[in-house]
Amino acid sequence: MSRQYLIRRLLIAIPSLLGISVVLFCVLALAPGDPFGELVTNPAIPPEVAAALRAKFGLDDPVWTRYVHWLMAMLQGDWGFSFVSRMNVDKLILQRLPTTLVVIGAAQLLAIVVALPVGVLAATRPYSVFDQVANTLAFIGFSLPTFFTGLLLILVFSIKLDWLPFVFRDDINATGLQWLWEQVKQSIMPVTVLGLFQGASLVRFVRSAVLDVVRLDYVTTARSKGIGEGKVVVKHVVRTALIPVVTLVALQMPIVFGGAIVTEQIFRIPGIGSLLISSILANDTPVVMGVTFVFACLVVLFNLIADVLYAWLDPRIAFR
Amino acid sequence: MPGSTPASLSAELPTRPATAAPAKTPRFSPGLEAWRRFRRHKLAVASAVILLVMIVAIAFGPLVWRVPINEIDFTAKLEGPTLAHPFGTDDLGQDVLARLLYGGRISMAVGLCAMLVAALVGVLVGAVAGMSRGTVDAILMWLADLFLSLPQLPLLLLVIYLFRDALKAVFGPEGGIFIMIVIVIGGLRWMPVARLVRAQILSLREKEFVEAARALGASKMRQVVRHILPNALGPVIVAGTIDVAAAIISESTLSFLGLGFPPDVPTWGRVLFDAKDYLDIAPHWAMFPGAAIFLAVLSINFIGDGLRDALDPRRVL
Amino acid sequence: MSEALLDIRDLKTWFATDGGVVRAVDGVDLRIERGETVGVVGESGCGKTVTARSVLKLIDMPPGRFAGGQILWQGRDLIPLPATEMDKIRSKEIAIVFQEPMTSLNPVYTVGDQIAEVLREHENLSRRQAIERAVEMLALVHIPNPKKRVHDYPHQFSGGMRQRVMIAMALSCRPKLLIADEPTTALDVTIQAQILELMQEMKDKFGMAIMLITHAMGVVAETCQRVVVMYAGKVVEEAPVEALFGNPRHPYTQGLIRSIPRVDRAAAHKERLEAIPGTVPSLLDPPPGCRFAQRCKSARDICTQGIPPLKEVTPGHFVRCVL
Repeated sequence: MSRQYLIRRLLIAIPSLLGISVVLFCVLALAPGDPFGELVTNPAIPPEVAAALRAKFGLDDPVWTRYVHWLMAMLQGDWGFSFVSRMNVDKLILQRLPTTLVVIGAAQLLAIVVALPVGVLAATRPYSVFDQVANTLAFIGFSLPTFFTGLLLILVFSIKLDWLPFVFRDDINATGLQWLWEQVKQSIMPVTVLGLFQGASLVRFVRSAVLDVVRLDYVTTARSKGIGEGKVVVKHVVRTALIPVVTLVALQMPIVFGGAIVTEQIFRIPGIGSLLISSILANDTPVVMGVTFVFACLVVLFNLIADVLYAWLDPRIAFR
Repeated sequence: MPGSTPASLSAELPTRPATAAPAKTPRFSPGLEAWRRFRRHKLAVASAVILLVMIVAIAFGPLVWRVPINEIDFTAKLEGPTLAHPFGTDDLGQDVLARLLYGGRISMAVGLCAMLVAALVGVLVGAVAGMSRGTVDAILMWLADLFLSLPQLPLLLLVIYLFRDALKAVFGPEGGIFIMIVIVIGGLRWMPVARLVRAQILSLREKEFVEAARALGASKMRQVVRHILPNALGPVIVAGTIDVAAAIISESTLSFLGLGFPPDVPTWGRVLFDAKDYLDIAPHWAMFPGAAIFLAVLSINFIGDGLRDALDPRRVL
Repeated sequence: MSEALLDIRDLKTWFATDGGVVRAVDGVDLRIERGETVGVVGESGCGKTVTARSVLKLIDMPPGRFAGGQILWQGRDLIPLPATEMDKIRSKEIAIVFQEPMTSLNPVYTVGDQIAEVLREHENLSRRQAIERAVEMLALVHIPNPKKRVHDYPHQFSGGMRQRVMIAMALSCRPKLLIADEPTTALDVTIQAQILELMQEMKDKFGMAIMLITHAMGVVAETCQRVVVMYAGKVVEEAPVEALFGNPRHPYTQGLIRSIPRVDRAAAHKERLEAIPGTVPSLLDPPPGCRFAQRCKSARDICTQGIPPLKEVTPGHFVRCVL
C-alpha cells in the first residue's frame, strides 16, 4: 500500500469531519432557547463567569464566526464544563471512553468469530439445511432489538438462573485473577447482546459476498489446480469476499454505536453511551454535545480504518 | 433463487429458448410474475400473514377488546396473564393487552410515516442527483455519504433533547414527539433510497427506451416520472420495507431509553421501558411488548426479503 | 487398441434447474491419445465446455451430476474417484486453460504466487523455489522481463499476457493433457494467432496432448489432428481433420464448414455466407430422434424416430446420421 493512498484517505476524512461538525453546529444553532445561552443565563453561574462565557462563545457574532470559534474551541480540547459531574467534559469523556471501546471491540470480535465461519459455510452449501437455518437465525438476530435481547438475557441468566450479574460495576473489590473473572462475568451479557446483533448482519454480508465470489472464474481456476477444497475456499474465496465485507462492516458502525448506547443503558455500563443518556436526562448540554461529537469522530475513524483495510486486502486499489 | 445455475455455466447451458417449449412457459404479467416469485419465499408469505394479523389486531382490536388503556386498578397490579387480563397488568393495574393494541397503532404509524419521509426525500435527492450529474450530483452524493456516517442514535437523541420542548409547545406532547420522531428517523434514512434511485437513473438513462423518449423530445421531468421511476420502483419498495422495520426499532429504542413518547402513550418501546424495572416480579409485562416489536420487525424484514426476490432478482444482498 | 490417455465413454452430465433436468452432455464418447491434439467444436450450448469441465470434475454438484458413463484417465475411471485423489490429477496430470483470461486469475495475488501455488502443491517446492520456477515458466511463454513481472498482479497484464500466464500456470507441472477451453475466443484476432502459436510451441516442447475446445472451425483446421463435432449434448461426427474438412458427412458439420467466411471465394464468386437456420434445441426436453432433424435440410421421417447410432463410415471417421 502506498503512503500516498494513506495520506489521500486521511485528507478525505477531513471534509467528513468538518461536515459532521457543521451538522452538529446547525442542530445546536437552530435549537430553540440557545443551548449556549442556557449556560450563560444559568443562575448557578456567577455573573463574571457568565460574561466571560458570553465573550468566549461570541453569542452576538454572526453564525459562521460562531461556528469557527466553536470549532476552534473543540479542536483545542476546550469542550466545556459539566455542571452535573463538576469536571471538564473532555476529561469526563476520556474517563468513560475506554469502557465503551472495550465493549464494542469485544462484541465486534465475537461477531466476526461467529459470523465468518457460519457465513462461509452457509454460502458454500447454498440452500442446504445449514444455510437455511443460519439464514433464518440471522434474520431473527437482527430483527431482535438489542434492548429486548438484553432484557431476555437478564431475565434468564440473572433472575432465573442467577449466574451473571446484571449491573456492571467498575469498582470491583478484588485483585488479580478474581478481578479479571468478575470483569469477564459482568461483560458476558453486554458483549453477547451487541456481538450477536452485529454478527447476525455480518452472517448475511459474508454469505452474499462469498456467494458472489464462489461463481467467479478464478475460483474454478483455483479448483483446477488440485490444491484441495479447503485451500480453495480459504485462499481464493474468503480472502476476496472479505473485501466488500470490510466496507459493509464500516457502514454498520453507526448502528453498532446505537446498539452500544442501548446496551450500556440496560447493563448500566459506565461508558460514553450511558453518559449521553444521563446527560440528556440531566440537561447537561456540553456533555451531550461532546459525546455526540465523539461518536461522530469514531464513525469517521472506523471508516478510515476500513478504507485502509480495503486497500490492504485489494492490491488493485493501492496501485491506483 | 433455488435452482439458479452458476454464471460460468450459463453461457454453455441453453437458457430455455422461447421457441422450444411455448406451451410450458405461459406468459405472466410483471405483477403476477412478482407474486409467483414472492410466493416461493415461504417465510415471507408466513410473515405477511403474521403482519396482517397484527395490523388487523391493532386496527380493530381496540374496538373488540374494550378495556380502557388507562384504567388504574391497584388491586390487580402486576398480575400475570389471566382471563380478565390475557397479557397481565402493569404496576398500576392497567391492562397490558389494551395498551399494546393501542400502542401498536402508534409504533406502526411511526414506522410507516418515517418510511414515507425517507422514501420521499430519497427519491427526490436521487432523481435530482441522477438527472443533473456534475457538481450537483457530486455534492448530493457527498451529502449522502456524510449522512451515512452520522451516528444516528446519538444524533437522534441530541435533536430530541434540543427540540422536544419547542415542538411540545406547538403540537402538544404526543403530536410534537410524533412529528419529530418521524422527521428525524426519516431524515436519517433517505440515503440508501437516494443511491438506489440515482444508480437506476444512471443505468436506465442509457437504455434504449429512455433514449427513445429523449429523442421524441420528452422533458427531463417527464423522463424521470414516466420512464425511470417506475423502473426504479422495485428496489425502492424493498428498501422502503426494510426502512419500516428500522424505524419501528428506532422509535422503540427512543421510547425504551425514556426519551420517546410520554408515559401515557403506550408505544411498545415505552411499555418495555416501564416494565424493565419489574423484570424480576412481572416478566410478562416486558415479554409481551418485546415480542410484539420482535414479531413485527422480523416479519417486515422477511417480507422485504421476499419482495427482493420478487421485484429485484438481480441483487443478492 | 492400446490404452488411450483419456477415454470418455457414454458420459452424461445433467443439471437440475427450475424447469427440469438439462441434459447438457448426453452420452458423449471421446478418445484422446498421448501427444494428440483433438479439437472439439460446436455451437454455444452444445455441451463442449461441460464435457471439458467434467473431465476435471469442475462441475458444481448440485445442480450438476454425472448421470452415467465413464471418464477413463489412463485406464482409471475418474468419476468415482474421491476428491483427494482427484486433486492429485488436477494440474499435475490434466491442466486446463479457460476462455476468459481477464477473470480467470485471482486479482488479489501476484501471478507468481498463483503459479507457485500449483508447484508447491504438487512438487513440494519451497516458496522461493516455486517462485524461481514461476519465473522460468513466464520466460517460457515469452513474458518480457519475467523476474520483475512475477511479482505483478493480474490487473497489470493485458488480456493476451494473462492468457500466457494461464498457460504457464497450466503447464508448470508438465501435465500429460492440456484442456484449452476456447482459449482465444475472448482475445483480439492478432493476439489469438499468437496464443495458438504459443500452444503449438509448448506442445513441441513438452509433448502433451491437447483437447482444444472451440467454435472456430478455422482454429481447428490449423491446429488439430482429429476433430469431434458436438451438437446438443451429443457427438455427431468424429474424423481426422483432413477427412472432416474434405468430406464432411453430417449435415450439421457441412453447415458449420460452409459458415466459415472465405475471403477468396467471397471475392471471386460473390458468394453469400451461409448460416445454419434455427437454434440449438432445448436440452430440457430434447426432441426424439436426431437432435439436428429440426434444422436439417435433408431431414426425413426416419430422422425423428430414434437417435441414430454413431457409425464408422471410413476408418476413423464416425458419423451419427442415418443418411
